[in-house]
Amino acid sequence: MIEIHLILLFMIAAAIIAVEVKDLLSSVIAVGAVGIGLCMAFLVLKAPDLAIMQLVVEILSLIILIRATIRKDLPFSKSGRWVFNTLATVSFIAVFLTIAYVALKNLPAFGSGPMRVSKAYLDSAVAATGSKNVVASIIVNYRAYDTLGEVAILFTALIGILAVARRIGKK
Amino acid sequence: MDTVKDSKGMTLIVKTVTRITIGFILLYGIYISLNGDSAPGGGFAGGVIIALSLVHVMLAFGKEVALKRLHSYAMRFSISIASLVFLYVVMIRWHGSYSHIVIPLAEMVIVGAGLFAIFVALVLLSKSDKDSE
Repeated sequence: MIEIHLILLFMIAAAIIAVEVKDLLSSVIAVGAVGIGLCMAFLVLKAPDLAIMQLVVEILSLIILIRATIRKDLPFSKSGRWVFNTLATVSFIAVFLTIAYVALKNLPAFGSGPMRVSKAYLDSAVAATGSKNVVASIIVNYRAYDTLGEVAILFTALIGILAVARRIGKK
Repeated sequence: MDTVKDSKGMTLIVKTVTRITIGFILLYGIYISLNGDSAPGGGFAGGVIIALSLVHVMLAFGKEVALKRLHSYAMRFSISIASLVFLYVVMIRWHGSYSHIVIPLAEMVIVGAGLFAIFVALVLLSKSDKDSE
């Protein structure tokens, strides 16, 4: 379990760098480092489906962040209200740590969940669907309406963008 | 070869490498989505890789090529076919012997085109990009 702790420390360090650094491009690259660390954490926890998804979506969102936000002259002020900001941050951290301590104490241990629902899938998915990848069989077979909704969202966005960016009526 | 002499986009090296690698990236996306039932991956991941290859073309060759691809009839035709296939699958609850090929392909087309269109809307159609040219 030492790898996961190393990766988590790397992600925390990269997140702090992303918040604290002055240059926006360096900040975006540090956010990308956090995403790559999350991808490696998924690989260590034996979830290659999630790792592939995290990697490709991270790259796409990084390109969008770099191209869409870097060029704008974003207002960046560090002056004023620092007492209120510091107090709010410290109190939020205190509340978060307290609730996390109470909540995490009652959770089952890491890697040994109750598995009430997922055990049925793991037992019957391969025989029932004929797919060797249990994750894909759950996504496309048992949870097929999730996939339908996701495709409907993307299709609606596509129709809207094609309608806005069409050539007819632009001039 | 006339796109090479075009001054828009990145340098000649980037354009040549893009022209060589673009087919392999598209093939990898199709492989990921077709192999999703027996290996990690699936239709969504393959679709995002397709969108990344289109983004790659846009970054290398400039804005007009990407917009031309988005407006092309082949792209509209494939999006319409893919969404009709998805509607058909849902309406008759099709679970035939080729569904593990057809469903990821349709999902891949819609996800790839949709994410590329969102990228175009966020990056190319914004006002700041127009000012900088």
